[in-house]
Amino acid sequence: MHPALQGLLTIIIGVGGCVGYFYFSNQVLDRVIFPAKGPQAGRNINRANMVRPWLFLFPAIFALGLYLAYPVFETLRLSVTDRDAGGAFVGLANYSQMFGEAKFWEALRNNMLWLLIVPAASTAFGLLAAQLTDRIGWGNLAKSLIFMPMAISFVGAAVIWKLVYDTRPVDQDQIGVLNAIYLALGGSDPLTWLTVPFWNNFFLMIVLIWIQTGFAMVILSAALRGIPEETVEAAIVDGANPFQIFFKIKVPQIMGTIVVVWTTITLVVLKVFDIVFAMTNGQWETQVLANYMYDKLFRSFDWGVGSASAMIIMLLVTPILVWNVRNARKEMR
Amino acid sequence: MDNIAGSKAGLSWAVHISVALLVFLWLFPTVGLFVSSFRTADQIATSGWWKAMFPSEQNQTIRAASPETQIEQNGMFVIEGNLFENGSGAEISVWGISSRAIDAFTPGETAELRRGGTITVQADGAYRMENAEAFEGTRGQRVFVTAKTPPEFTLGNYDTVLGKDVARNMIIYAIAAAVFFFVLRFLFRGHDSTLAGIIPGAGAVILLILLALVFGLSSGAVEGAQTTDDMAGAFFSTLTVTIPATIIPIVIAAFAAYALAWMDFPGRALLIAAVVALLVVPLQLALIPLLKLHLGVGIGKGYLGIWLAHTGFGLPLAIYLLRNYMVGLPRDIIECAKVDGATDFQIFVRIILPLSFPALASFAIFQFLWTWNDLLVAKVFLIDATGETTVMTNAIVELLGTRGGNWEILATAAFVSIAVPLVVFFAMQKYLVRGLLAGSVK
Repeated sequence: MHPALQGLLTIIIGVGGCVGYFYFSNQVLDRVIFPAKGPQAGRNINRANMVRPWLFLFPAIFALGLYLAYPVFETLRLSVTDRDAGGAFVGLANYSQMFGEAKFWEALRNNMLWLLIVPAASTAFGLLAAQLTDRIGWGNLAKSLIFMPMAISFVGAAVIWKLVYDTRPVDQDQIGVLNAIYLALGGSDPLTWLTVPFWNNFFLMIVLIWIQTGFAMVILSAALRGIPEETVEAAIVDGANPFQIFFKIKVPQIMGTIVVVWTTITLVVLKVFDIVFAMTNGQWETQVLANYMYDKLFRSFDWGVGSASAMIIMLLVTPILVWNVRNARKEMR
Repeated sequence: MDNIAGSKAGLSWAVHISVALLVFLWLFPTVGLFVSSFRTADQIATSGWWKAMFPSEQNQTIRAASPETQIEQNGMFVIEGNLFENGSGAEISVWGISSRAIDAFTPGETAELRRGGTITVQADGAYRMENAEAFEGTRGQRVFVTAKTPPEFTLGNYDTVLGKDVARNMIIYAIAAAVFFFVLRFLFRGHDSTLAGIIPGAGAVILLILLALVFGLSSGAVEGAQTTDDMAGAFFSTLTVTIPATIIPIVIAAFAAYALAWMDFPGRALLIAAVVALLVVPLQLALIPLLKLHLGVGIGKGYLGIWLAHTGFGLPLAIYLLRNYMVGLPRDIIECAKVDGATDFQIFVRIILPLSFPALASFAIFQFLWTWNDLLVAKVFLIDATGETTVMTNAIVELLGTRGGNWEILATAAFVSIAVPLVVFFAMQKYLVRGLLAGSVK
C-alpha cells in the first residue's frame, strides 16, 4: 500500500479509534454498568463519575507509561546487564568500562562546556534582543526574523553553518563567510574551523545559540512587558540611567522567567544530538553524550554501555526534573 | 518606557543600529543557503554567495559543437556557434584549447588545432572552426575560457533535487493558494471569531498540499528525480510521518487534559506531577527499550512504529499545555452546562474543545515542527536496513556524508526541507508564541 494512503488510514483509524473509544466507553459506563435509573440511580451516578476520569485518562496514561516511564526503568536494567552474556547481571561493569574510555570523558567535558555556554549565551542574547526590540517600531518584524531559526531543523541548521565554516584551498576564492572574513582581516591560511580541537566545540555551540536565542527572546520579551510600569517610572524620576533601569529594576523582576528559560535551554543542550551528528559526528574531539550514546547503541551495538551513558544523561536531567515538579506542585496549591 | 523622561536621540539610534545588526547576523547564514540553492555548481564553488549579485570571473571548460554539425563553405569545412547559451551576457577575457594553457589566447585570436584546422573565439563566445578537410570524431573541441559572467540564478538545482519543473509548479501553486487565501478571508470577513481567522489559512494550506500532491510532486515522480538520492520521496515520507504523529497525540491528550483540569478524583495532583516529570525525561532513554518492544510485538521498524513513538514522546507537552489552558477557562460555563444536564463527554466535545482551539493549534505547531525536524527518532524507529523509507533530515545527513562538496545539491535539499516549517512558522507564529508562553511561563 502506498505510504500516503497508509498514513491517511492511520489518521482515520487513530482519530476515529480514540474518539470511538471515548464515546463508547462513556456510553457503556452510563447505560450498562451504572445506569442512572432504577432504585440505585443516585449511587450509580456517583460511581460512574468516579470511574469516568480514568476512562478519559487511560490512553494517555498507557502511552506515557509505555513510552516514557517504562523505558527509564528498562534502560536502568539494561545498563547493569550484558547483552552478549544473554542479559546476565553484571553489576556496574558497564559503567566502569565506560569510565575507562577516553571518549566518554571527552563527551562529558564537552557536554559540560555546552551546558555552561549555550544557555548563558542564548539567554543573554535573548534578553538583549527582547529589550532592544521592545522599544522600536519595527521590533515585531525584527523579532520574527530572530525567532525564525526555531523553525529550522538542527540538520538544516548544520548545513547552513557548514556553508559558513566552509574551507577552500588557499589559492581559491573562499566560499565560507568565516574564512573570507578571516582572510580579509589578514589571516594567512584559511582554517578548517571544525577540525581545530577544542575551539571547534564553540563553532558547534554557535549553531545551537543561534537557534535558541529566538526562544529566549520571545519569552523574556513577554516577561519584560509584564513588568509594572510604576517601578520603571519611579526609577526614572529618581534619575536612574537606562542601564541602571535595565539591570537593577527590570532584570531582578523577571529573574523567575530567566531561570525558566535557562533550564529549558539546558534541557535542550543535554539532549543535543543532531548538530554534532551532522557536522562532525564527534570527530576532532567534539563528542557529546547523546552522540556517544548513539554510537554505542547503533554502531558498536553495545547496549550495556549505551544504556549506561543514557543513564548519565538522565542523572544530569534529574535536578531539573525535581525542581520542575516542585514548582508545579507549588503552583497548584 | 524610558522615553517618558525624554529619550536621548543618540541612544535611540544606537538601539536601531544594534537591532539591525542583530537581525542581520541572525539572517545572514540562512540567506546564504537560500541564495546558494539558486546558483550553479560552478558559481558556488568559485565565489562566495555574497558575491552572487555581482559579475564573477570564472574558468569554464566548454565543448564546441560536435563535428556532425559541420558544413562545407567554399571548400572549407566549418563549425560555427556560440560557447554560451543565448543571452548569457558573459564576456571572455582569455581562452585556450589545452588544459595546460587556458589563457593562451585573447578574444579574436586564432588558434591552430592539434588535429588540424583553426578555431577563432570572440569575446561574446561566438566561435568559428575552419579546416580544409572534414573534422573527425564524435565530440566537439574543448575550449577553456576565462569569462566574466553576469549574475545568474537558476531553478536547475531544484529540478535535480525534486524532479523536473517541480519547483516551478510549486511556486505557481503557492500563488494559487495565496489567492485562495485572500478570497476565503474576504468571504469570512464578516465573522469575527477564531474559527473565521483560521479557516482561510487552513484552507490555503490544504489547497496547496492537494495541488502539490496531485500535480507538483507527481510530475517529478513520473519524470524521475535526477539524483539517486530521491528527495521527492523523502519529502513524502516526512509528510507521511508528520501528519498522523501530529493529530493522534492531540486527540489523546485533549481528553486526558480535560480530566486533569476539570474532574475531581484521587491522585490527580500526583498525575499532574508525573506529567511534569515526564516532560523532561530525555527520549534517548526510550530508544533501546522501545525498539526492543517494537521488534518484539512485530511492529518492527516502519511508519506505525514512528507514529506511536512520536505520539508517546509528544504527549507530556500536549497534556501539560492543554491542561494549563483548560484550567483557565471560566468555571461558570462548565457548571451551567452540568446543571442543564450535560454529561462530561458532551461538555468536553461541545464546550471545552472549541474553546481550547488556540492551545490545540499551538501544540499542533510544536508537534509538527518537532516531528518534521526530527532525526533521531526517525533513525531509530523508521529507517530500516533497506533504506526505502527515509525522512528529509536523514537524506540530508547522508548527502553531507557522500556529497559534502556538492553544495548546490546540499543547499537545495536543505532549503526544501526547511521551507515547509518556515511557511508554517510564519503563518502560525501567533499560536506558536502563545504556546511557548503557556508552556514555560505560568
